[in-house]
Formats: sequence, C-alpha cells, structure tokens
Amino acid sequence: MEIFLQQIINGLVQGSVYALVALGYTMVYGILGLINFAHGEVVMVGAMLALSALTAMLGWGVPPLLALLLSVGLAMAGCMALGYSIERIAYRPLRHAPRLAPLITAIGVSIVLQNLAMMIWGRQYHSFPTLFATSSHVIGGAIINDIQIAIVILAVLIMAGLMVVVHRTRLGRAMRAVAENQHSAQLMGVDVNRVISITFMLGSALAAIAGLMVSANYGLAHYYMGFLLGLKAFTAAVLGGIGNLRGAMLGGLLLGLIESLGTGYIGDLTGGFLGSNYQDVFAFFVLIAVLVFRPSGLLGERIAERA
Amino acid sequence: MNNTAPLLQLSSIGKQFGGLTALSDVSLHIQRGEIYGLIGPNGAGKTTLFNVITGLYQPSSGKFQFDGNSYQACKPHILAQAGIARTFQNIRLFANLTALENVMIGRHLRTQAGVFGALFRNQENRNEEQASRERAHELLRYVGIDKPADTLAKHLPYGEQRRLEIARALATEPLLLALDEPAAGMNATETESLKILLQNIRSTGITVLLIEHDVKLIMGLCDRVAVLNYGKKIAEDVPEKVRNDAEVIAAYLGGSDEH
Repeated sequence: MEIFLQQIINGLVQGSVYALVALGYTMVYGILGLINFAHGEVVMVGAMLALSALTAMLGWGVPPLLALLLSVGLAMAGCMALGYSIERIAYRPLRHAPRLAPLITAIGVSIVLQNLAMMIWGRQYHSFPTLFATSSHVIGGAIINDIQIAIVILAVLIMAGLMVVVHRTRLGRAMRAVAENQHSAQLMGVDVNRVISITFMLGSALAAIAGLMVSANYGLAHYYMGFLLGLKAFTAAVLGGIGNLRGAMLGGLLLGLIESLGTGYIGDLTGGFLGSNYQDVFAFFVLIAVLVFRPSGLLGERIAERA
Repeated sequence: MNNTAPLLQLSSIGKQFGGLTALSDVSLHIQRGEIYGLIGPNGAGKTTLFNVITGLYQPSSGKFQFDGNSYQACKPHILAQAGIARTFQNIRLFANLTALENVMIGRHLRTQAGVFGALFRNQENRNEEQASRERAHELLRYVGIDKPADTLAKHLPYGEQRRLEIARALATEPLLLALDEPAAGMNATETESLKILLQNIRSTGITVLLIEHDVKLIMGLCDRVAVLNYGKKIAEDVPEKVRNDAEVIAAYLGGSDEH
C-alpha cells in the first residue's frame, strides 16, 4: 500500500511537468497543425538558463528566494525569445509548404539546440544547488518533499491561469479564432502572425518553468534532458487529444501516473524478469496504443470535424 | 470627408487567374447609404469582384478607392480596419466559439488590450471587455438571434448562423457591409425578415453591398443594381431599368449572341 501511494505521488509530480510541456505542444498544434518537435529542447534551455543564473547569483551572495525568482524570470524571458525565434526562422517561412517540411526543420532546430547547449554547458550533468532546507512529509507511509508539493501546486495554478487567458480574454478568443480559421480571423482584424508568435511565447514560458521543475526535482540538468522529456510530453498531448488544452493536462497527469505505477510494479508483474530500468517503455507503449485504438485521444475531436 | 463623394470607387478593375480573365475593366461606384446590388449568371465574376473588394484577391489592374483613400495590394485586415466587413456565401463562422464570442471577435478590430493587458487584466482592459460584451449582446438581439448567447455557433439553426455572420460583420463597425448571397437557402419567411433587417441596417447609415441570386429580393431592396456577365459590367441602374435592359435579359435567358 505504501508503494502504491508513493507511486501515485511520484506520478502526480512527474505528470504535472508532462502536462506543462504537453500544453506547449498542443497549443501550437491547435493553431498551426504543426508538431513543434523542438519544444523539448526549449524545456532543456529553460532548465540550463535557470541553473546557470541561479548558481551565479548564489555565488554573488544574492538571497536564495530572490535568486530563484530572478532565475525563473530570466529563464522564462530567454525561452520566450527562443520560442519566438524558432517560429520566425524555422516555421513561418514554411507556413504554406507541405506539412513534412516544417516537421523536418523542427527536428533540425532540435539538433541545433542540443548541440549549442552541449557547446555552452558541456556534456556533464549540472547539479541543482540547495536553496532552502527542504523537509519531507510522511503521508500514509509515502514520502513527499516540499519541492514536490511546490511543483504540483504551481503547475495547477499555471494551468488554471492559462485556461482563464484562453477562455476569458480577448487574446484567448483571438487564439481560438485563429485556430479555427485563419482567413476569417484576419477579416475580423486579428493579426494572425502576432497571435501565432504569442502562442509560441506562452508555450515556451511554460516550458521554462517545467525545465526548472524537472531539474529541481531530480537535482540535475543535462544538455540531453529535453529529448526524452519532449517525446513523453508529446505522448501526453496525443493521449489527451492533441490540440485540446484540457486533454494535454489530463494526458500529462495520466501518463505520469501510468509511468510511475508501471515502473513500481513491473518487477512484481513479470516475476523479476523486467526491472524499473524499463521505465521509459510505458510512455511509448501508451503512444502506440493510443494511435492504434483512439488516434484522436481521450478528449480530442474526431479528425473529420477539424478538417 | 466629403459626404457626396462615393464610398467605394472601382476604376477599370481587372483580375486574371493565369490565362483566365475573371474580371475585365469593371468600373463602379457605391454611394454612401445606398443598398447596392450585384447580380449576374453563374460564373459571371460576382464572387471574384466581391473578393477583390474585401481584399481576399488583389486586382491585376485598375484603381481601388474606399472612403477617400486609395488602396493597392491590400490585406483583408487593413480593409477591415478601413471599414469593409463581409459575410460569406458558405457560412464561415468560428463553429466552436459561442455566438457571443463570434460577435466579440468582430470587436477585436476596435479594441486594444494587448498581451500584458490580457495577462494582468487591469481596470481599463476589464472595462473594455465589459463594453465589448454588452455591445455583442445588443448586436445578437438586433439581428434577431433567439438562442442563448452561449450556444456554440455550430449548434445554431441555419438561418440564425447567417444572422450571426451579419452580427459579427456589424461588430467591426463597418462603413460598408458586403453580403455574399445572404438569402441562400432561406425560406420565404426568413428572406422577408432578412430584407427588413437589411433595411434597418441601412437606416443606421451603413452602406450595403449585396450579391444575390434571388432577383426578387434584389429588385425589392436595392437602390441601384449592377449586372455582371463574363467578367464585364453590362448594366448599372435602378432596378426597374435593369429589369428591362435588353442585354441583361439576353444574359439571363441565354443571349442572342450565342445563337
């Protein structure tokens, strides 16, 4: 029972991060019908920027809380600029090209970013500095620490905020209108390019926060961390129904739980034949299963309705 | 602004698609406050001309003047800003937005709030949003949509979807409202109430341009009518004269020049 509860907690924490990243995939897909495979690397850049800034500021004697807030702000600003540039350079010139073309540039951008990060930050793992004395809490035999609590709460607040922006503001209305029909939106005076840029920037800001959360939770950051995380978050977006915001949140949490419970019990289920090092299998098993049995995802519309 | 000058003035507009000439040498002017009809057989170039007027197509040649300004190679959102709003022959609403939101999108052009306004929701922004919402409710009532304002556009009955498109166009505060076959698919009762709505709209000072297959509606509603055939304007006058024009009758009944 303790193991079960522990895996639920781990799954929720990991799932919150997946959800934030999946939102970035799904917002861009909803508006452009494009899968931004470079999004995982934006998460990595966010983590690296935040970590560098944090380490430097702690070295200068900046108080930990202030240093953390400044680093988050810097990482978000940096990632927003990066997201804007990616769209401007790699996608906008191909807006009317066949769909395969921007998919290829996306992979190209992803490789470029990984290699740039490797040149800047090196191949080694960077450890996340200890900012505060964090304590662990025991609930029914399972352990959750302050960082994990903060991750889940922050993720929920951010997602709620995003829903308000998308469903209650002029900007959000313009985003949904562009998603449905760019031509008509333009006739209503919506500047489509601007809305697309803002969408990329919003997604990238979320990615920066997610990057910081991952590295704070595991205590590590690495130039390659965005690749697998990006693929899993993409899986989460597909699971929930790509293009659907609520779907991305649901898909993220579910994928976190599936992965965590699967990893926790795979040893028992296979009589010790497979161990917890098979953790990454679950996400991609889910991806295949969704694509075979319910390609539109849990909350997705039928494809016919979109086309 | 000189109010006797035409609102829209087209001079020798031509439009080619590759080797196909869709419009050649079309000149016309629309006066402020009139209801101007555009008719013609299928394929006469009505919709092409309409798309030129609303900026979806760039004319290959000719001059385009609206509200005293010349426009060349114009984007739809610039012309929307200048005061041209349109509806489509095949309805193009935002199907998954509510009726109210569809109209509020029309207000987009005339409202300001940027990214930071949207994120931080300051007082000015909230007031603007509130005013926009109230205006959208008024417009829904004005065009006669009975369903609740939070009904998704795709769930409205056909006639109301057409009205919603008109409400959305009106929300942009146009000087010229351009309607592409607004009565298409409507029954006689719906067409009659559409006619009353268009007369009401004109009485508020908005100029109306109408493409229509329903000749009876055009004749009963328009101050002046232009007839297109094979991309050329073959007549332009008050409805009674157009109705009796020999060339127009020939175009509609299969002209004598084809025998």
